[in-house]
Amino acid sequence: MGRIDDVLAKRAKGEAPGGAGTKALVTYLCCGDPDEAGSVDLAVACAEAGADVLELGMPFSDPTADGPAIARASQRALRNGGGLDATLRVARAVRARCSTPIVLFGYYNPLFVRGEEKLVALAADAGVDAFLVVDLPIDESMSLRTLAAARGLAVIPLVAPTSRPDRITKIAEVAKSFPVPFVYYVSMMGVTGGAGATDVLAEAGKQAARVREVTSRPTVVGFGIDSARAAKVAAADADGVVVGSAIVRRIEEGTSPEARASAVRAIVKELRDAL
Amino acid sequence: MQQTPPLGAGWYGGYGGRYVSETLIHALDELTEAVGRLMATAQFDAELKSLLANYVGRPTPLTEAKRLARAIDPEGKTLARLFLKREDLCHTGAHKINNALGQVLLATKMGKTRIIAETGAGQHGVATATACALFGLPCEVYMGEEDVRRQAPNVGRMKLLGAKVIPVQSGSRTLKDAMNEALRDWVTNVGTTHYCIGSAAGPHPYPELVARFQSVIGDETRAQMLQRTGKLPDAAVACVGGGSNAIGMFRGFVADSAVKLYGIEAAGHGVASGKHAATLTAGRVGVLHGSKSYVLCDEHGQIQEAHSISAGLDYPGVGPEHSFLKDSLRASYVSATDDEALAAAAMVARTEGILPALETSHAFAKVGSIAVEVAAQLERPATLVVCLSGRGDKDLETLLERLL
Repeated sequence: MGRIDDVLAKRAKGEAPGGAGTKALVTYLCCGDPDEAGSVDLAVACAEAGADVLELGMPFSDPTADGPAIARASQRALRNGGGLDATLRVARAVRARCSTPIVLFGYYNPLFVRGEEKLVALAADAGVDAFLVVDLPIDESMSLRTLAAARGLAVIPLVAPTSRPDRITKIAEVAKSFPVPFVYYVSMMGVTGGAGATDVLAEAGKQAARVREVTSRPTVVGFGIDSARAAKVAAADADGVVVGSAIVRRIEEGTSPEARASAVRAIVKELRDAL
Repeated sequence: MQQTPPLGAGWYGGYGGRYVSETLIHALDELTEAVGRLMATAQFDAELKSLLANYVGRPTPLTEAKRLARAIDPEGKTLARLFLKREDLCHTGAHKINNALGQVLLATKMGKTRIIAETGAGQHGVATATACALFGLPCEVYMGEEDVRRQAPNVGRMKLLGAKVIPVQSGSRTLKDAMNEALRDWVTNVGTTHYCIGSAAGPHPYPELVARFQSVIGDETRAQMLQRTGKLPDAAVACVGGGSNAIGMFRGFVADSAVKLYGIEAAGHGVASGKHAATLTAGRVGVLHGSKSYVLCDEHGQIQEAHSISAGLDYPGVGPEHSFLKDSLRASYVSATDDEALAAAAMVARTEGILPALETSHAFAKVGSIAVEVAAQLERPATLVVCLSGRGDKDLETLLERLL
């Protein structure tokens, strides 16, 4: 059992740190936005305010799955020297300050160019628990998955509203042989940062529950969850939610490190309380 | 009727694949299935052939460029004969229409009701807008703001054809960013929308789909060369951005090992300057826009901005089949600078009365050195065929500024 499995199992029983809720909260921020040290503090703030899993976003020059908020954050981070190495440094520093599981979140090219084997070693050393690679669907993920598993790291699979049953069956098969601590259900068609309609998020939660049935893995809903209310709707039938752009926007709007930390704490606490 | 071979798994050696969001996988499966089911039918084949003949104006001529050949090699020591495959004479002025019509025809049969496209030079955008007007489908074209500026005539043409042109303000504001934005649109509207990719790049099945629609160039050229000269050319030459006209030309000759294949990339201010688009010459293997291929990126895997005077070549990626042809040594890839391309455009215009597109001019810039290389290997003057992929009307502003 990995660190993510442990936390999610405790969370499901309402025994995880940060609150008595039974639904998992996964938070995303873009490493290097506004700067490396700031990202460390903000990630720790998320953990302290009740995040169960931290997605540390690795900025990429061409974030095709992301909407304007995360795309802007990526650009800022890249201008500040962000990238794979900076993200790994943030992970290491966060790991030194808290035990919350870390998912390295990003696009494939920076990982591929580093070399999968080297990447896995670097990530394991930095205290990363899993990878989530937006543009690496399950068919192309097997070599990274195999290398990661050898070091006890997971690769988180995604399911979309367009995924046909055979895709979900394939994930279930993969989850039998490789660590899959949770499945990420993409709530809607489109890019990150939208505001999901209540019926869309409720339906996504129901679909996530079906994915959980097939895969026997906790399934969380991401995309379009921008408020405590939305989180509650999506999590009703799912095992938890992922919140990214809403946090990234708080960081963008903050005018000082204190203001950013306090805004991030506030929204994470609100989300935690709703779950 | 010739049977359409199966599409394959989307790999060319170690290149290709599908590196996209899970949301798009079903649409790619659906497209792959539709290609297999529809393109193999006699009806689709007949419809497309009729459109190509009666609307596009195919077959396009093969023109012998005698004065250009003598301008390049006055004594005929290395260049025996030079032929031009006249894709500039296609309706809309470039080879892009071959693929756009094919894809839009396919999309209508798949029940798609909206078409989106990305464009660099605007030729693919114009071709897609044209096909959409012909089929009565709404069309939205993503185009980098920088390209909107430098290819103004094509922006106007797209609008006149009823398409909506959406300027893209992110990144380098060129083709790469237009493709990012088109992918974002597609992932949002994938149920109703067909994404008409203009280059032999992107996730499987696009590289194969585009290569099949463009292979009409190579098939015709091969037959025309045999008819005109009684033999195959010694080398086929084409410019490479994403590489659709080149792969179309190469497909006609790839099985003929005696025919050398040359792709010419854009060296911009020179490969050493770092301001170029010579992906195969100076890039590394990576993943961009859905496939594994050579890309221009830094050692951290961040995609670099390309540079070329020609908007159609100004792209930091290249189709995966070209990466395979490079590594397997079946094709050679060299590059020409902005200045070399401009000089070549002027030379072609004055010797043959043909104003080539700046993209195509890169291919012309290297005809002389390729002839020297091939002639040395053959120990006799070589016969070359160049894919004249498009006409230069769209580049008038740049050409007038730089050449007059």
